[in-house]
This record gives sequence, structure tokens and C-alpha cells, in this order.
Amino acid sequence: MDELRRAIRNYVAHEYLETGDDRTIDEHTPLITGGIVDSFSMVSLKRFLELEYDIDIPDAQATPAVFDTVAGIADLVERLRQANPAPR
Amino acid sequence: MSYGPEARQWYQQELLRLRDAGLLKEERFIHGTQGAEIEVEFPEGAPPRRVINLCANNYLGFSGHPAVVAAAHRGLDDRGYGMSSVRFICGTQDLHRELERRLTRFLQTEDTLLFPSCLDANAGVFEALLDERDVMIADRLVHASIVDGMRLCKATQDTYKHSDMAHLEEKLAEYKDKRFRMVITDGVFSMDGDTARLDEIVALAERYQAMVLLDDSHATGFMGETGRGTHELCGVLGKIDLITTTLGKALGGASGGCVSGRRELVAMCRQRARPYLFSNSLAPMIVAGAIEVLDLIEHDTSFRDRLMGNAAYWRGLLVSAGFDVKSGQSPIIPVMLYNAKLAQDIARELLDEGVYVVGFFFPVVPKGQARIRTQVSAGHEKRHLDRGIEAFAKVGEKHGVRGMGRKELVDAFGL
Repeated sequence: MDELRRAIRNYVAHEYLETGDDRTIDEHTPLITGGIVDSFSMVSLKRFLELEYDIDIPDAQATPAVFDTVAGIADLVERLRQANPAPR
Repeated sequence: MSYGPEARQWYQQELLRLRDAGLLKEERFIHGTQGAEIEVEFPEGAPPRRVINLCANNYLGFSGHPAVVAAAHRGLDDRGYGMSSVRFICGTQDLHRELERRLTRFLQTEDTLLFPSCLDANAGVFEALLDERDVMIADRLVHASIVDGMRLCKATQDTYKHSDMAHLEEKLAEYKDKRFRMVITDGVFSMDGDTARLDEIVALAERYQAMVLLDDSHATGFMGETGRGTHELCGVLGKIDLITTTLGKALGGASGGCVSGRRELVAMCRQRARPYLFSNSLAPMIVAGAIEVLDLIEHDTSFRDRLMGNAAYWRGLLVSAGFDVKSGQSPIIPVMLYNAKLAQDIARELLDEGVYVVGFFFPVVPKGQARIRTQVSAGHEKRHLDRGIEAFAKVGEKHGVRGMGRKELVDAFGL
């Protein structure tokens, strides 16, 4: 798992797994369809990604389909960073 | 597209999909007054049959109480049928003012403002008080009306893991640069029946200079020694900045809600909350009924004592019968089944056995957390609950769910 995916996975595990929940989250674990993240709690994940990676995620792209896996989220972050690289 | 044949067909297929998955919600028709036992027509057209009701918010049994009904009649006779106005134009009677003052006294706050419902109170309160300079931090299991109300507000939104005080503290620290911080929680969580750790929330709020908003709809009237609510139960009377609650549950069961709390915050809602500004005033008969309820409970704890005794008894019966029951002390006692179709099937069969309950599944509860939410009332007698557990035991045995915890139920039935 690359650094981006690892950082997203670690954030998701810390932010969403309750104490005592021993599920393992990998890059393909279903987050929304698996009931780990929902549309109400997703706001903090979106905010983390925007602040951490200096990107702006349009609401139209912050969809359950994209946010359902760490891999999907990482792909979105990479696309947005490429489209709008952070200033030097 | 306009509502032509294509649109109609799309929605028809969506409804068929729900029905085929066993997830279609169907109304059951009650012939008579709400109560511990009711006459139910289901399916539509079938002759009504008498069943035990274990799914009403009629916690204190006031939905059909003769004194409350009589008071509503007096309200109708003395003050008419409706106000035909929003409150601030010509929709406020002396009765509305009296009820607001009575609720203030009962909840031990500074002021109260009535709304058409607590859903409306929650829809209006955040937008009226906060803006983009502020942050709202809500427990992840708050009521849907709070989720919707928060979405209407331009303040930053965030959530904390359910009842996780360490996570809440992280969030409060994260937002220390915001103008106002508001922590938002239910008092008794409507689908789980557990109680907020309100004393710890208040302590954190004081440390991080945050306001606290408490939706106490499933607590007002019976939680705490004298039924003031979760704030009384947790020893923080006078320390909650805003309470939203309903008149549609323990306090009579008709309709209506309110915001109650710090004088200035309530006053701002009176100026700015959209449901208050744009929705019709509460009918006089409902106001009169609610005042009567407060007369009945303000100095008499017998109703809430009976309710809490019934809750402890029913919980014990379910646990002894081997059901997976969420822990708590409220009269909301969910029987966890996790699989949505299983919850629907068992609820349907319980009705055949003379017990009226409903299965709850996504989006009402999180995915994979389907349940039958049972609720007891002060109006239940021991014989109702004994008959109820007979039905639960029979249907539970048939489906093989007795004695199973989460892992076994999920392994057997899936999510």
C-alpha cells in the first residue's frame, strides 16, 4: 500500500472504527456499503482530505461510489492533485 | 423529465424492488384510540383485531387519557379550532404563552419557544443561531431531524463517534479557533435506547467553551427522578444551553415541539427560525392538552415510576428469553437482528401473534443494524408484557434467533 493509501486508511480507521471494533480496513474494504461511513459522518473525511492534500473536492465528486473504498478515495485525491497541483 | 409514462414506470419499479426485497413499509390502520392495546386492521380490508402495542412513543399513557382529552375539548370550546396564522402575525394566544412558561418551569430553563414539531425546532435552531464562523459537532446517532437541520446551516459540520468522549474532545480541540462551538446530542437515542453521557459532555463543553444542544424528545416527562429529562438524570439541570423536545411523545402524543434554554438563544429563534416564522401556529386544543399533561406530572411521579418499572420488567423478560438486546435504562428496548428482512419477517409474524411492533432498517438505522424497536408505556400492565414475551419467544424460536448474539445472527442471516 502506498503512502497516500496508508494515510487515508489510517485516518478512516481512527475516525470511524468504534473502540472494540477489530475489523481490518484495507484499500478495498467497503466503507459506505459496509456501514462504516455514512453520508452524515463522511463530512469529516472530506474535510481531512481537503486540508491534508490542499485540494478542493466538488460535492458532485464526493459520491458514495467514490468514497466507498480507500482505493477510490486515493484515486480521487490523485486526480485532483494532478488537475490542480499545489503552488511551489 | 416531466411526470410522463417513463417517470411513472421508474418509480413503480423502485417500489417493486422494495417490495421484492421485503422492505416495503406498509401502514396498519388503528380503529380507536392509541393505547397499550389497540384494534388494528392489517392488511387493508382485513377485520380489525386486538393487539398489544409495543411500538408507540406513548410513554406516560397520555395519548388517550381522559383528563388530557377533556382539557383538549375545553381548549377547542374556549379558543377555537385553529389559528390560521403563523405565531408572529396573529397566531399567538395567551394559551401559547402559558404553555411556553410552563415548559420553561418544568425543564428548568430560562425561556421556551413552541414549534409545530420538534422536527421543525431542529430544522430551525441551527440556522437561526450559527453561521460559517461556527462549528456544530454532533453525536453520530443523533436523530434524522438534527442531521437535516445541521445541513440547512452554514456553520462547519462534524461528528463524533457515538458517546465517545475522547473523540468529542479531539473535535473540540480541533475547532478551538471557531467563534462558537456547539455540541449536539440526543438525550435518549431514539433507535438504541441508550442515554447520552451528558455530565461528561457538559464538562467538556465547559472546558472548551462550547454550547450544548440536547434533543430530549425521548426523555422529557420521564427520565430523571422527576421526569425533567436527561439533564436531570445526569445531574446537569441548568447547564444545557438549548433543549429541543416534543409534545408528540410522553407529553400527550398529539403534535408540537419546542426549543427551551438560554433566554437570548430562544429570543433569536423567535426572530429567525424559519419553521417558526413560516409554519402555522399550534392548534389551541393541543396547547390546552399539553398544559394538562404538565399539570398531571409536574408534582406527581407516579406515571414515570410506572413506566420505568415496566421498562425494567420488559427488558428482563427479553434478556431471559435469549434476545440480543441493547443495554440501557430507558423505555426504548431494541431487539437486535441486524438483517433487515429478518426484522421485517419477525415483526410481521409478531403481529399475527397479537403483538404490534415494527422492524427498523436502513436508512432509519445504519446498514447492517436492523432491529425491532420495542417501547413500553405507563399504560402497559404486567399481563401485556407477559403476553408480549410469549409471542416474542414463539416467533424467535421459529426463526432460531434466541440465544444468539451479533456474530451468530450475522453468520446465520447475513447483513
